[in-house]
Amino acid sequence: MNDFLAMGGYGAYVWSSYAVFFIVLALEALAPRATRRRVLAELRGRLKRRSARNEGSGTP
Amino acid sequence: MNALTLWFHKTGSPPTAYRLAGRLMPWCYGVGFVLGLVALYGGLVLAPRDYQQGDAYRIIFVHVPCAWMSLFAYLFMAANAFIALVWRIKLSEVLAMAAAPIGAAFTFVTLVTGSIWGKPMWGTWWTWDARLTSELVLLFLYFGVIGLHAAIEDRRQAARAAGFLALIGIVNLPIVHFSVNWWNTLHQGETVRLLGPSKIDASMIWPLLTMALATHLWFFGSVLARTRIGLLELDGGKDWVREIALATDGAGERA
Repeated sequence: MNDFLAMGGYGAYVWSSYAVFFIVLALEALAPRATRRRVLAELRGRLKRRSARNEGSGTP
Repeated sequence: MNALTLWFHKTGSPPTAYRLAGRLMPWCYGVGFVLGLVALYGGLVLAPRDYQQGDAYRIIFVHVPCAWMSLFAYLFMAANAFIALVWRIKLSEVLAMAAAPIGAAFTFVTLVTGSIWGKPMWGTWWTWDARLTSELVLLFLYFGVIGLHAAIEDRRQAARAAGFLALIGIVNLPIVHFSVNWWNTLHQGETVRLLGPSKIDASMIWPLLTMALATHLWFFGSVLARTRIGLLELDGGKDWVREIALATDGAGERA
């Protein structure tokens, strides 16, 4: 097991490369989830404002 | 209208495309993830040590697939930008802009893992040679497309301007690809070749190709996820988007 982690003395280089690969791709896949929530929240806000405006103009 | 054009218009319409993307996305991510694990096992455990580079060569299994993806994502983006500019297809605009941040991510990983590989093998983190410099230019092109798209308020105008930039930037692709043949560089030449025999053993090439397939699937999963968001933004005022926005209220998020 230690042999495997040491990677013949290149462990730091090999594992940091794989770490960069995983972290960047994981963040890249998680980013759209946050964006999606933000976009939907904005849309709901816009819809709410519009319906409030319509009710307001209905009762002068 | 014949059956094919009809199918094309129906599939290309935002609500249908949104639903279709939602159905395909988990498969791309899921199969891509499993294939990635298989490729990792093959690359880190099963593949033998290289006689010259020792175990350091194992960086190839993440570096090269990402480098391929950095070019593939650009081609995908430019092809969709071209379709969007010529035929004014909304879905293509969204697909093109969805590919940009993913391509940038792959290009970034390529540069960083290449740098980490360069230190023990070449004795330097970075050198201004043709392959490395043109790949860095590719990253800046992605940033340019993303920045231009974000800077313009109107979504369709933004996509058109950024798509135009993406098309101009396509001149960089052959430079990246052929740089190792055109100039003397520290970077090694092609290892895997479509035409003619590859310069790598079968025990090392199958994890490499499996990882390439995995990154392609991951790319398409992410393109679909971002395309869905782009379609919601583009059709913000339409009924089908309103239904989705109201159905996913706050915490009760539904895919």
